[in-house]
Amino acid sequence: MTTPQELNRAARQKRPFFLRRGPMENIATVLIGAGFLMLFQPFLLALYTYSLTMLLAGTVMFIIVSKFPE
Amino acid sequence: MTDAPSTIAERSAEMLARATPTTIAVRVRGFSDRAIAWLFITPTIALLLAINIFPLIWAVYLSFTNFRANRPNAEVEGVGLRNYQRVLNDPDIWIAMQTTAHFVFWTILLQTVIGFAIAYLIDRKFRGHAFWTTVILIPMMLSPAVVGNFWRFLYQPQIGLFNYIVSFFTGIPPSSFEMLGSVALAPWAIIIVDTWMWAPYVMLICLAGLRSIPDYIYEAAEVDRASAWRQFWSITVPMALPFIMLAVLFRGIENFKMFDMVMLLTGGGPGSTTEVASITLKREAFESWLTGRSSAFAIILFVAVFGLANIYVKALNRVKQR
Repeated sequence: MTTPQELNRAARQKRPFFLRRGPMENIATVLIGAGFLMLFQPFLLALYTYSLTMLLAGTVMFIIVSKFPE
Repeated sequence: MTDAPSTIAERSAEMLARATPTTIAVRVRGFSDRAIAWLFITPTIALLLAINIFPLIWAVYLSFTNFRANRPNAEVEGVGLRNYQRVLNDPDIWIAMQTTAHFVFWTILLQTVIGFAIAYLIDRKFRGHAFWTTVILIPMMLSPAVVGNFWRFLYQPQIGLFNYIVSFFTGIPPSSFEMLGSVALAPWAIIIVDTWMWAPYVMLICLAGLRSIPDYIYEAAEVDRASAWRQFWSITVPMALPFIMLAVLFRGIENFKMFDMVMLLTGGGPGSTTEVASITLKREAFESWLTGRSSAFAIILFVAVFGLANIYVKALNRVKQR
């Protein structure tokens, strides 16, 4: 007999990667962190220029994926 | 036993109910609990929408236009992403961002370390600890305008107490250095004042965390012959960590917006060494009157703080679940 935990695990494995909350939240976190560092770093103006794009992508992604089921 | 109201509060409520006109009473009695709840929170929501949400949406709209607040009757044209492009390619704004990062990093680090250390000492419950807690909290209660003004006096090279204290400990003549006028020292002068003012706030939050740790955990550690050092790193720090993180989040958000203290102490100078992002923003908005561009700048800062707060809250939840 399969336990509820095993059923949950099977359902989670069926879900495609980009619909899984854990890894997608991690990707969004990395994007926000990188954008934040790019915004305040003192080394390269080009990094500063693209920081908002990175931050926005990460934040929007985080807001969306944090609504996915666990 | 009688059903008559016994307390003053009950009697007052009874009198109030009798004094309420029948038409209003009937109308209110007809509301469900949910409707009454909405009735109470609607003014707050309306106020929040008017004061916070509407200006935010308006700023987002302005950031895509060439609007100038000193020319309210001029035709407003959409400029697409040009304002954002300009802000994100401006080397002066980039330097202001670096100044902000330097200021935020050091103030948070110092405030957290000093605030936690004071909380740890106050938590020992020595004689008169309540009095000293109140004394330590005084800087936090002062207005930034007052703090800025009297620290200007303290930093005076001729008569300032700060220079004399430094001179007493180091032997350097008090008038040989100027905290607010020196390019190297001015950022640190602001960091010292902000730390002096807000470390008590961090202390207060950390103290709440330390007081929430049950004594029996320390007693069990004592039974296991754990050293004080081990107890500190294995019990005190992990259990107070959510509170420390909360204090860092609050101070981080506040310090990104720091304006009043810097304006009063240095006004962004000498040169632009202490020109943090909020001062550059104010100059763009109310000296150059580039309202659209300054709105874009404000939105960029908002997105940065909002994004960081999101991942920080996620980390905080993880720590709490442990």
